[in-house]
Amino acid sequence: MEKTINLTLKVWRQKDAKAKGGFETYKVNNISTDSSFLEMLDVLNEQLISEGQEPVAFDHDCREGICGMCSLYINGHPHGPDDDITTCQLHMRKFKDGETVTIEPWRSAAFPVIKDLIVNRHAFDEIMAAGGYVSVSTGGVPDANAIPIPKPIADEAMDAASCIGCGACVAACKNGSAMLFVSAKVSQLALLPQGKAEASRRAKAMVAKMDELGFGACTNTGACEIECPKGISIANIARLNREFLSAKLKD
Amino acid sequence: MANLFSSSIGKKLIMSLSGLFLILFLLIHLTINSFLLLDGVFGFEEGQMFNAGAHFMGTFPLIKIVEPILGLGFLIHIVYSLILSFQNMKARGSAKYASGSKTQDVEWTSKNMLPLGIALLAFLAVHLVNFWLKIKFGIGGHPAEAEFPYLGTGMVHGEDAYALVNAAFGNILLVLCYVVGSIALAFHLSHGFWSSFQTIGWNNQIWMQRLKVIGNIIAWVIGLGFAVIAVGQYLFFQ
Amino acid sequence: MKLDSKIPQGAVAQKWTNYKNNQKLVNPANKRKLDVIVVGTGLAGGAAAASLGELGFNVKNFCIQDSPRRAHSIAAQGGVNAAKNYPNDGDSVYRLFYDTIKGGDYRAREANVHRLAEVSNSIIDQCVAQGVPFAREYGGLLDNRSFGGAQVSRTFYAKGQTGQQLLLGAYSALMRQVNAGSVTMYTRTEMIDLVVIDGKARGIIVRDLVSGKIERHFGHAVVIATGGYGNAFFLSTNAMASNGSVAMQVYKKGAAMANPCFAQIHPTCIPVHGEFQSKLTLMSESLRNDGRIWVPKKKEDVEAIRAGKKKPTDLSEDERDYYLERRYPAFGNLVPRDVASRAAKERCDAGFGVGATGLAVYLDFKTAIERLGKDAIEARYGNLFQMYEKIVDDNPYETPMMIYPAIHYTMGGVWVDYELQTTIPGLFAAGEANFSDHGANRLGASALMQGLADGYFVLPYTIQNYLADEIHTPRMSTDLPEFEEAEKGVQARIDRLMSIQGKKSVDTLHKELGHIMWEYVGMARNEAGLKKAIKLIAELKKEFYSNLFIPGDKETMNIELEKAIRLEDFLITGDLMARDALNREESCGGHFREEYQTEEGEALRQDDKFMYAACWEYMGEDKEPKLNKEPLVYEETEVKTRNYK
Repeated sequence: MEKTINLTLKVWRQKDAKAKGGFETYKVNNISTDSSFLEMLDVLNEQLISEGQEPVAFDHDCREGICGMCSLYINGHPHGPDDDITTCQLHMRKFKDGETVTIEPWRSAAFPVIKDLIVNRHAFDEIMAAGGYVSVSTGGVPDANAIPIPKPIADEAMDAASCIGCGACVAACKNGSAMLFVSAKVSQLALLPQGKAEASRRAKAMVAKMDELGFGACTNTGACEIECPKGISIANIARLNREFLSAKLKD
Repeated sequence: MANLFSSSIGKKLIMSLSGLFLILFLLIHLTINSFLLLDGVFGFEEGQMFNAGAHFMGTFPLIKIVEPILGLGFLIHIVYSLILSFQNMKARGSAKYASGSKTQDVEWTSKNMLPLGIALLAFLAVHLVNFWLKIKFGIGGHPAEAEFPYLGTGMVHGEDAYALVNAAFGNILLVLCYVVGSIALAFHLSHGFWSSFQTIGWNNQIWMQRLKVIGNIIAWVIGLGFAVIAVGQYLFFQ
Repeated sequence: MKLDSKIPQGAVAQKWTNYKNNQKLVNPANKRKLDVIVVGTGLAGGAAAASLGELGFNVKNFCIQDSPRRAHSIAAQGGVNAAKNYPNDGDSVYRLFYDTIKGGDYRAREANVHRLAEVSNSIIDQCVAQGVPFAREYGGLLDNRSFGGAQVSRTFYAKGQTGQQLLLGAYSALMRQVNAGSVTMYTRTEMIDLVVIDGKARGIIVRDLVSGKIERHFGHAVVIATGGYGNAFFLSTNAMASNGSVAMQVYKKGAAMANPCFAQIHPTCIPVHGEFQSKLTLMSESLRNDGRIWVPKKKEDVEAIRAGKKKPTDLSEDERDYYLERRYPAFGNLVPRDVASRAAKERCDAGFGVGATGLAVYLDFKTAIERLGKDAIEARYGNLFQMYEKIVDDNPYETPMMIYPAIHYTMGGVWVDYELQTTIPGLFAAGEANFSDHGANRLGASALMQGLADGYFVLPYTIQNYLADEIHTPRMSTDLPEFEEAEKGVQARIDRLMSIQGKKSVDTLHKELGHIMWEYVGMARNEAGLKKAIKLIAELKKEFYSNLFIPGDKETMNIELEKAIRLEDFLITGDLMARDALNREESCGGHFREEYQTEEGEALRQDDKFMYAACWEYMGEDKEPKLNKEPLVYEETEVKTRNYK
């Protein structure tokens, strides 16, 4: 049943990439527990605008957990204290009346803050550009059913492919490692016959780019898997290691 | 192969392989240490089996070759852990989360491999000073000589390593130090074992659980094994 | 305004082949000399940018999000149609063509739709080759499911994330071109105006959303693939940043806006729960395969449920009104979206709606769970049920879901000819941004098909027919007076908005627009309401220019400014939608005029008067737009009344 709660928010505010940021404390009242976390921030922002202040900048777009845009670190968790969800799917019924909620941007050297709670995740695009594809151009491809793919393999590839590129794995990792992100793409394409042909090249190129961009190394804590809104398994990381090492050994 | 070891995964492979090598060494070490408690079981006099074991380790040619490799294994494992830790700290960035990290169900050990490693390094120093330096180089005093049966060749004359160990484990503080060190080792290995297989890439949804179980068994057999031997020596062999 | 649809000669099935055989092409050496601007990175934009890059053109690709992978195509759940006929259930290119024409209530251009059906199969081949993990059977071959408005199973899917997987496929192809250097990517960059030189589209003015800087970009041709304008309603299933601004920019520069009143209202969305709500969440149409839609038969049960005295599960079968099954026995719960939406509204308006607001109906899986077991239902819809439970905090396995229609897709858009070229030479529109192939109503799983068809298989051909004549046009300097002037215009526009310094936030005003749109230009429209809407929007526009407040400054990241620019354009879009709806005195597809319905309350078309695409021409600020008509000719299909009974 709907009820309303009052909250104290500690929000990271930072004017731009170069400015020094800090926490500001705000109060929001009469927040419906049926509303989403981002709707609660909308209420805060309306409040700030009505006081003539600049609203809190945060990334969000589809608000249904698939675009991967939203990226808030709430009370010690990327995407907040609920399982298998993005920030936009977090609802206020997860919070208690009178609670203090700390809201921070993703923290990682490879994801610099742009403004307030918005970070730059361009590094993910760069990693993808390094090799996160099958090198086929439009047209001239075989019939879709020409190569049968066993259902378990297709399903496993689908599970890996469900990564939304939000960066929660990097945000959760004590090493700021992007291994879960990279491994999800490498796994998806290495599992499928269409992607196998250049699996070695892909693994090497994506790992090299990942290292170059300053992401950390994996120490297998598994925090990424637990905080991943799409439940991507760290078994993918093992596969990435396998693909990468065998590719290097073949060289 | 070129520049494999400059990549993050390559460096981790080094951690993984050197770690597994050290685990192998620990298993052998544990086997010989178990002699400290087992003379009675096999009908030997106190210390004979251990002395024979120590003599074997000190004289057998293959072991002589392996010994520097072992040292190198330690060195590489330590150096690369520092390199990787430094890189990872840099990757994490200078800004820390004010609300900390509250991710549940993350193994405590997995997040604390470096502190555990440092503790183990300190423990290793104590260990080396107490035994290895003495037996090997006579630094801090040579052990006494003793006679013991050796590999079916009859009695041989050699260093009385047992007396050294037995004396050391008469010191309650040192025993406690060993218990703490051994438990730290168990924790370190409980993550380290399956983690090294994950790094090699020998893992999937099914094997991950299996390797975690195997890893835990090996870790605690090693850790508790060393601890029990030290305690046993203190309680029953003084 | 001249509307030349450039439909090729020949029978409808031969037109695309004939076109390709006779079109002009650009040779590889010349491709490198030609710059193409693509705005948008969704299925249409991303696929077009990647394909054009592969061909060797110099592509500049723009998106407002932080990465091209976030475009809202990603949110499509159900699937993508193709005429593969893998299940051997009688599908064919012709049948897909026919179903699309019929589903669109005979308001789409035959030649375009046939081409769409023709290339649909190539889309599936292309996506599989890219590594899109479509669902498969145990034999390893591709699986299909069925969707509303079709009698065959032709929908390919990847769990409930088909849009995501297709978009990531296009994004991968795009990133490959970025790596190859043929595509330059501009993220967090928003197009604010089109630059026209000597009557041809030659570039765009953009705002860097991070620095706030205004920049100029030249292109021999400009492709806009910027999606639909459903967010004019404030609440819709569109992403928060989805907007119709680019369509309005090019409309103001001389492109025609076609059939703006054709907006699709999706029947299965999670109902509105409060005034602070920011967006509506869609539940896939596939749920209607097994879910049964009902409201209570008796008003006292409705009251009791709303008061919390009764639960829906307390009502016996004969106390429930399965109104879709009652009204449409042949298609039942699987009638097309427009029909299902109107039926829900009818029941709620009659006072039978459930939920706190009375604006909801039940979607019940009780029968299906009894018949198939909970496990089977979980395997089919588990992720959707979980999503529902996260949002609503109700368990749909035990209690029926509550749903209500919401704005979802806009069939109307920028008018394009057969080549996807607008009335401005050199300006092309692809995907949802164009008025496209869906007529007055789009069938489920056809948006993904159209976006990718445009991007991969249509535009890369047709744009060459234009560019072949541009090979002697050198790259132009962005210092030309036309660029200068366009940038000045953009600066003036921003300065005007920043200087208002009123009291109301952008969202407050946007919500007011949304209320007007939903109330008068929503699911059921009538003359008086539409006239009222036009008046109210004009008043709102005045308030916008006198009472808007944007904090912060323009030369930095300023999200309120971004939203204000978009809202300014939505005000024009809303007005245009109302005018178009007022003009179209008939009911067809997603457009329902209360004055034009059969005795049973079904849509009544006026084919003799309105068998045309209504193309609106901009005549200047505060001037009434001019209506131009592109007559629709049906050679291949017989125009009939849709019947789903």
